[in-house]
Amino acid sequence: MKSKKKLRLSKGTMAFPYFAVSVLFVIVPLVLILVYAFTDASGNFTFENFARLGAASSWKSIIRSFLIAFFTTVICLLLSYPTALALTKIKASKRMIILMIFIMPMWINSLLRIYAVQLFYADTLGMEKGFVLTLIGMVYDFFPFMLLPIYTILADMDKMVLEASADLGAKPAETFFKVRLPLSMPGIVSGALMVFMPAMSSFAVSDILGYDGGSATFLDGKLFGNVIYYYFERGNYNSGSALALLLLVLILFSTFLSNVLTKGKTARKGGTIA
Amino acid sequence: MSKQKKTLLLSIVFLVIMIILTYLPVAILTVYSFTESKTIGVWNGFSFELYKELFTDDEILTALKNTLIIGLSASALAVVLGTLAAIGIHSMKKAPRMVMESINQITMVNADIVTAIGFMLLFLFVIFIPNDYASLIIAHTVICTPYVIMSVLPRLSQLNPNVYEAGLDLGATPVRALFSIILPQLIPAVIAGFALAFTISLDDFTISTFVSSSVETIPRFLYNKLKVKGVMPVLRALSVFIMAAVFVVLIVINFFSMRTERKKQQIEKNLGGAK
Repeated sequence: MKSKKKLRLSKGTMAFPYFAVSVLFVIVPLVLILVYAFTDASGNFTFENFARLGAASSWKSIIRSFLIAFFTTVICLLLSYPTALALTKIKASKRMIILMIFIMPMWINSLLRIYAVQLFYADTLGMEKGFVLTLIGMVYDFFPFMLLPIYTILADMDKMVLEASADLGAKPAETFFKVRLPLSMPGIVSGALMVFMPAMSSFAVSDILGYDGGSATFLDGKLFGNVIYYYFERGNYNSGSALALLLLVLILFSTFLSNVLTKGKTARKGGTIA
Repeated sequence: MSKQKKTLLLSIVFLVIMIILTYLPVAILTVYSFTESKTIGVWNGFSFELYKELFTDDEILTALKNTLIIGLSASALAVVLGTLAAIGIHSMKKAPRMVMESINQITMVNADIVTAIGFMLLFLFVIFIPNDYASLIIAHTVICTPYVIMSVLPRLSQLNPNVYEAGLDLGATPVRALFSIILPQLIPAVIAGFALAFTISLDDFTISTFVSSSVETIPRFLYNKLKVKGVMPVLRALSVFIMAAVFVVLIVINFFSMRTERKKQQIEKNLGGAK
């Protein structure tokens, strides 16, 4: 008994180096962002940085980022769900290979994916740079992140439940909307989060595929990430930190929300089947 | 029956369309890497000229060297740190485990740009590291380690704890038991974690940009070149080269994991026979 307890202790300490590294390189930087967000250039406490966020240009970039991230998520969902569903219909032996084909681009550098989009849609098809091309780039970039969780949940779904629904007289559309779709919610939520948050904070896609000059429409302008980048590039750490803090709060909040939502759903799923 | 066939046919058609949409841009990129033409749509005859240019361009070769140095060192460090942490976390009670897993999750869900400016502020105002390679390797190690942990932790819970206990009962010290019983069983997960860490490092340009302005890596090089108008044709050859390298690594990893899986099944079958 005694030796076991000692052993447990010695194993737990193996996580200590990582813990120390995390405190220094994960927690301290977050604290720094917090400090810089609430101080001015000479180090005095202030709300000024957040007051400045109220300026029209900052708000516009946040709304624009939200819209583009929202559209990206919806389009990714509309493309991934049928793809994942189609994947579950084909032979199990071939499924993994086809899933691999879809996931492979996820492993190559995201800049290369953006470059491929530029080469095909802009240089080959002659599309103008701007909002639409940025949207295409984001969908292309983030599609696998939506597909994977949705496929996982559809592949694990109990076929008997769907058959039972049909046997009890539900039309295919009814089975889809009342049984299959609610049961796939955890996958949809985690996929949506994995697409929405990176899309919201991305700046590379809009830098490369976004509008590059002249007069633009509202949607063609700078995104959230671009503004943070812009502040830091010019040494305005305080305003940049305030924006970054806002982004961080948004990320933590939606992660928490998704954790709660998916946990609730899986519990209920277990309940209905049992 | 015919209805099922119709669904199958529809599924296959849809999948084929999606695969074409996914791979068309990549295919165009690959095709045009074998011609010298400045613009897409103009075919100047088949040649390896862009690849020759790629392997003689000093800027690209330096960036490639830096990318490999940083990626390999950071993944190696992340594997050591992450594997140890996973073993530690696995043995923890609920509360400390929650803390560690939350820290892990922060790094993974945080936006690259927030992580990047955090590092920038840290290295500017708190910890001064005179060597840019060192600060980049540290930053990459920190963002890669959670992926190693995520890859090793599930494998740990699959292990049979009795084997470790048996080792101890037979007189092995905990350290010895760790090295000759636990670690060998973790190797496939550790390799997968290494590969994952390496691709994360290979994918990063945001953090590299903010942490160091002097060390050029391939992603930073790509980003800077793509941002300006009139992209250099040599980028096409560079892209195809990187894609080919990543695909080869992926295929090798899959081959190995399939082989270990088959071996495991074989052993389980033999054990079943012995019973």
